[in-house]
Amino acid sequence: MFNLRLDNVSLGYGKQTVLRNISFEARPGEMLGIIGPNGSGKSTLIRGITRLIQPGSGKIFLDGSDISGINRQKLAQLVAVVPQNPTLPEPFTALEVVLMGRTPHLGLLRYEGKKDLAIVKAVMEATQTLAFAERRVGELSGGERQRLTIARALAQEPKIMLMDEPTANLDINYQIETLDLARQLCRKQKLIVVVTLHDLNLASQYCDRLVVLSNGTVYCQGIPQAVINAKTIKDVYGAEVYVYPHPVNKLPATLIVSDKDK
Amino acid sequence: MALESLKDAAIPETTTVYPIQWRSRIYAIVGMALLLGITIVVTLGIGSTDIPFGTLFHILLSKLPLIHIEPTWTSNTEIIIFDIRLPRLLLAGLVGAALAVAGTTYQGLFRNPLADPYLIGVAQGAALGAVIGFMLPVSWQIGSIPLLAFVGAVSAAVMVYSIAKVGKTLPMTTLILAGVAIGAFLAAITSYLMIASGDRLHGIISWLLGSFALTSWWQVAMVTPYILVGTVIIWLYARPLNVMQLDEEQAQQLGINVEQVKLILLGAATLITAAAVCFCGIIGFVGIIIPHAMRLIWGPDHRFLLPLATFAGAIFLILADTAARTMLAPTEVPIGVITAFLGAPFFLYLLRQKKRAIF
Repeated sequence: MFNLRLDNVSLGYGKQTVLRNISFEARPGEMLGIIGPNGSGKSTLIRGITRLIQPGSGKIFLDGSDISGINRQKLAQLVAVVPQNPTLPEPFTALEVVLMGRTPHLGLLRYEGKKDLAIVKAVMEATQTLAFAERRVGELSGGERQRLTIARALAQEPKIMLMDEPTANLDINYQIETLDLARQLCRKQKLIVVVTLHDLNLASQYCDRLVVLSNGTVYCQGIPQAVINAKTIKDVYGAEVYVYPHPVNKLPATLIVSDKDK
Repeated sequence: MALESLKDAAIPETTTVYPIQWRSRIYAIVGMALLLGITIVVTLGIGSTDIPFGTLFHILLSKLPLIHIEPTWTSNTEIIIFDIRLPRLLLAGLVGAALAVAGTTYQGLFRNPLADPYLIGVAQGAALGAVIGFMLPVSWQIGSIPLLAFVGAVSAAVMVYSIAKVGKTLPMTTLILAGVAIGAFLAAITSYLMIASGDRLHGIISWLLGSFALTSWWQVAMVTPYILVGTVIIWLYARPLNVMQLDEEQAQQLGINVEQVKLILLGAATLITAAAVCFCGIIGFVGIIIPHAMRLIWGPDHRFLLPLATFAGAIFLILADTAARTMLAPTEVPIGVITAFLGAPFFLYLLRQKKRAIF
């Protein structure tokens, strides 16, 4: 079975190490959440998995093969990224941006053919972006842009979708919509979805398993019920919270406790 | 769910999603190429000696194989057309195409609407080379000015590139800053040499403003290979250039080898710019305005934008040069004056027409 495995990976920029000894595994149809405070290395991890930076030590495996031996184009056929607040070229239409997702499957001289257009149409339908296919990206709202980048990632026909803070800067309705879509795709397409989140409640509600990063290393990992508790949050974030079972599904829900009530 | 249909190869109704602009943009490219042909033929007849269109048409026809037309014109007319006007016109067209393509490429690479072919020191390098050429004994000047201009242009770009390079990557902001700094440094030397040049100053200033006067076939033959090869390479990289409009990180995550594409495109654009300026001087405005005008009308997709800019640049500079040699005939107006004087109002008109984000 296709899987993503990190084996004792250290990542950083130049001499500065951001992440140390990271190990985890993700399987198809699984939604894996990466949580941890700002600066804990969530985005660095995504750069590592897409080989924008090389591990200082350790290895990252896709389907058992080390990604340092996979060329960039091949890698983009396997791993797609939904970046946080991506720069999108405003004068291009939504459709043109999603078509860019076909890049890893096209050679230098190839234009997008019927098959590419069919795939793009299908992913735009699935992400509900087809309605504004001919509109310019500059005219789209934050939620529409977010769905558009998801459509572009899907157009790569990846095995793994990495989402970097997909809910940041989105209103609550768009947060739910985005993560519902991600989970739906994950299950139906048997995608591996790795998603970094800073909202603990979203992480708990949507992810099958969570990896908690703290000070550049894995603090703990496991199902939300095992990972999210007042002690972990206190240790990792330094914040006092109250954790209780969600009234609907018993998953851990986090409530903040402000200074005045201590 | 629609995604499940991904697995089926044949989805018949797909043509509905086909971008409707594609066809019209292809027609636009063909139309622009035809317009270039018409421009060449029409402007051949315009000049100090007006050649009636009928005569011109007959002369051109008579040059085609298997067609024999009894000459009703003097051999002088033929010389004017084939040895004076045609090479000049072709060089203007080549240079216009080169500057427009290079401008489009630089704007795309830097994702900056203010970028033009002279951004990374190419113009200042060419100017310094040319000015050094003007300081040489007069008998050496004819061949050495363009050669030194070319060498100056390429060395300036190489210098800027090697300063801006950090390890294996080339940060574009550093490249622009290094280009500005090197450009200013070279311009300082050029200015000093100009002050010291005495009676050669007039020639230098004419060169700097650009001119196609006295163009002959060997110049056309010299620049054609560079411009042709460079332009074709850039056209081939139009799709990666589109993807790079996202930003470098996203482009890499979509499988583009960003550093390689940057190097190839910068190299090709620099080479054609150097070839363009070495004979006719620093012609401004074409490289910034033609790309924008085409983008305003036909959108940002480089696969269409680059060919459109190529033909439009050629047409624009041929027309500008025709104006330069006829407006105050027999005095030639520097072509840089014309490009700005005619180009700027036209561009402002386009800008007012479409007030949406174009870049």
